[in-house]
Amino acid sequence: MYAALKNHLTNWLFQLRGPQTGVIVLVQRRVFILPTRQGLTFAAVLLMMLTGSINYNLSLGFILTFLLGAMGVNAMLYTFRNMANLRIAGGRARPVFAGDTAHFIVHIDNSGRTHRYAIGLTHDRKESVFVDVPPRTTVATAVGILARRRGILRPGRLTLFTRFPLGLFYAWSYLELDMRCVVYPRPASQGLPLPPATTSAGAGAERGQGQEDFSGLRQYHLGDSPRHIAWKAAARDQGLLTKQFTGPADTELWLDWSALPPRMGVEERLSQLARWVLDAHAAQLSFGLRLPGETLEMAMGHAQRDRCLEALALYDSDS
Amino acid sequence: MTDPKQPLALQHVLWLTVSLTMVAAPHAWRLPWWVVALFATLAAWRAYVSYGRLTLPSRWLLLVVVIGATIGVYLHYRTLFGRDAGVALLVVMLGLKLLEMRSLRDAMLLILLGYFLVITNFLYSQTIPTALYMLVCVWIITATMLSLHHARDEPPFQRQLRVSGTLLGQSVPLMLVLFLLFPRVSGPLWGLPQDAFAGVSGLSDTMTPGSVANLILSDAVAFRVKFDGPIPQPKYLYWRGPVMSDFDGVRWSASRFLYGTPEFTTSGTPVTYEVTLEPHNKRWMFALDLPAKTVPRALTSADFQIRSLEPVANRVRYDMASFLSYRYGAAESQTALRRALQLPPGFNPRSVAFARSLREKFGDDRALVREVLAMFRDQNFSYTLSPPPLGQHTVDDFLFGTRSGFCEYYASAFAVLMRAAGIPSRIVTGYLGGEVNQLGNYLIVRQADAHAWTEVWFRDAGWVRVDPTAAVSPLRVESGISAAVPRTDPLPLLVRGDFELLRQLRFTWDLMANTWNQSVLGYTPERQRRLLTSVGIDDATWRLLTMIMLSLAAVIVVVLSAFMLRRLKARVRDPVKIAYLEFCEKLRRKGVPRDPAEGPVDYARRLARARPDLAAAVNAITQLYVRLRYGAETSAAAFREFQQRVRRFAA
Repeated sequence: MYAALKNHLTNWLFQLRGPQTGVIVLVQRRVFILPTRQGLTFAAVLLMMLTGSINYNLSLGFILTFLLGAMGVNAMLYTFRNMANLRIAGGRARPVFAGDTAHFIVHIDNSGRTHRYAIGLTHDRKESVFVDVPPRTTVATAVGILARRRGILRPGRLTLFTRFPLGLFYAWSYLELDMRCVVYPRPASQGLPLPPATTSAGAGAERGQGQEDFSGLRQYHLGDSPRHIAWKAAARDQGLLTKQFTGPADTELWLDWSALPPRMGVEERLSQLARWVLDAHAAQLSFGLRLPGETLEMAMGHAQRDRCLEALALYDSDS
Repeated sequence: MTDPKQPLALQHVLWLTVSLTMVAAPHAWRLPWWVVALFATLAAWRAYVSYGRLTLPSRWLLLVVVIGATIGVYLHYRTLFGRDAGVALLVVMLGLKLLEMRSLRDAMLLILLGYFLVITNFLYSQTIPTALYMLVCVWIITATMLSLHHARDEPPFQRQLRVSGTLLGQSVPLMLVLFLLFPRVSGPLWGLPQDAFAGVSGLSDTMTPGSVANLILSDAVAFRVKFDGPIPQPKYLYWRGPVMSDFDGVRWSASRFLYGTPEFTTSGTPVTYEVTLEPHNKRWMFALDLPAKTVPRALTSADFQIRSLEPVANRVRYDMASFLSYRYGAAESQTALRRALQLPPGFNPRSVAFARSLREKFGDDRALVREVLAMFRDQNFSYTLSPPPLGQHTVDDFLFGTRSGFCEYYASAFAVLMRAAGIPSRIVTGYLGGEVNQLGNYLIVRQADAHAWTEVWFRDAGWVRVDPTAAVSPLRVESGISAAVPRTDPLPLLVRGDFELLRQLRFTWDLMANTWNQSVLGYTPERQRRLLTSVGIDDATWRLLTMIMLSLAAVIVVVLSAFMLRRLKARVRDPVKIAYLEFCEKLRRKGVPRDPAEGPVDYARRLARARPDLAAAVNAITQLYVRLRYGAETSAAAFREFQQRVRRFAA
């Protein structure tokens, strides 16, 4: 009951409404400000100075105390101003393997004419990155979040904050950006060897894709390795063509869920399959992936690798 | 440098060290030498450690230094509390904290202590130069604090100075409101330490040969006087201070306090003036003969000494009036007269004998006085600041031996002769003259104007002022001390006044100092009340005062925030674009907002599909917009049409 009420209150106070698409503008209602520990110490010192000034009847003491006090108030405005009216947009995050750090790009746009300094971005209040945002520029910064599990990783609630200029106040804003990062399963470190490739039956097998002998050119498809692009042809203005090779491996390599030992668990299997995908890609083989309920056709190159890894990442996940 | 635990960069350490050293520097003259040396060593060590990227000394070593320094301070001051010992401890601790400073958090603590150290300087001096110097210190400390909170690419320090200057400058209005309206309480909240006001000079309540001459070497201001009318002639400017009736052979001391007012007759109208007395830590308050007014929180005695109830520890201001022609004390009590005749037996036998011989020659008191003054004038007596030393019989040695001395020598000798001759007499000390500052039309009386004269009592006239110094050196009365003493005598530069330019500078400076004293340092609860009365608020309670202060402060903060937050949004200057944005805003309200990345033409196309009813108007506007903003269309007519279409669009 209490927790629910507190949650509700927090959501209302900090305007938390779940991930937002598009640009977040840090309007006044979204920026919060509180004194820091140093700010409180500063106030205590000022109080001491005020008592001393009264006691010793020090006119200059009064002046100094009030000047510093006014400066404190002023610093609060500066701190607030350092955050106000920034426009925040979530960028993309490259897929990572589980156990690695996912970097979510956040674009901070300062359309005003004042320089913003030392804007920090953090997701856990422990590690922060700081950027300066000059007037009329957009700066990209990235928050790194450890991807523990495969699947879709969302950054959750990020905190954009600043203590500039004097460190007496802490202004912050919660960002709930609609960003996602695909987290691939961590590849098994010492996996099983690649399964044996099956030679495709029939005469068509002669045109199986291999690596060794050049067999002709075809239209470039997205995902073809840049190394196989016929750059000379491109230079002759013939458009992008991909060189095709045939090799002894006129084979079909199927990375099959059901071919794994039955004692393996789901995550273990996914790990193993990820390892195979990487190995097959490294060996520049053509491969396909069979998962329960999903089959990715035979192909090769970066695009195939990423497709397969993504399928593994999202296998049987709710998001 | 934004993480509280991050180690400090070299430039931050250096600036911190520099600013703290600057704040501590004025204390150097007041602290024992080893504290100064210790602080310098610690600061240099810290700079060196940072420079060479060495490790900081262990905390154990620092602890040993802390204990040692504390004991040292205790041994030096015999206490750990109070002003001087407190400052010494604070300086030592600052130095040690410098060497213990590892992170941003430590640096911030040092900065706050630095601000605190600034205020301790004001305990000793609140002059304009101190204020300016401390302002510079605060400026640099603030800039250092600012640079601590920059991210990695830190702008050069000049920029931090500029920003912190702006920050401080923008704080001035609020500071003024707080300063003027913060409810002032008079008097200390708790007992001040013994040493709170040590080291101020002024007239003492005893007089020995040489005591006034010592004061003459100080050009410190004793008080300033602003007359309501013209400044009286120099011969009237006897500022009455301690009156001394008791003589023990060497030392004159101030009489016990005598209550009551003697009868007196005055003629003419009194001169009225305002005295601003500098603190001198004694009770004396000064007025021209004959004071005709009482001072609040002070008593006036039967011999017209004005004594404050408490030692004058702060600058005080009081209104005073004086009758320049008067007669008083004709019916003086027998006790007082007997005291004014007492001489310690066994001292100054030659003088006593000389006085008796004079008495035999002159039956008339006035004739006798004239004779003694004539002796001072005509024989080889000289007026000098550096007289030869006197023996046990000071007056004998002076009258028949050295014959050179300062005012207190003459006053003392004269009074002794009078008493020996049976004429009641006493010493009055105070100040004579003063310097007119034409710029502000007020009188500056310095310690160098200290003077001692005598009063003798005649049966028919009461107490009459006789200044034996005037007989020796009439210039002393007419033109002040600098004209009276030989040029070879040491006198403070400010008192000499040889060069016209220097004089002018000096007057300007004193005018500034006086204005500063009156309006800044002398901003007392009374002044505050007067200020409020002048704007029509009579007897403001502290509650009302607080309310006024807070509401004014709120107004200032609102104005300031409006000023500071005004340049945060992108400003669109192109009127065409402004009109188009207005158009987009209207569509947003209709529920079809434009995507951030959507061009006008795409938007119009999408709108045509989503809201076919608006398509015609949207297309017309979009086409006009594209032509006006991106095309060659510049005619005013086209712009007007565009604007009108946008305006009419809402329907």
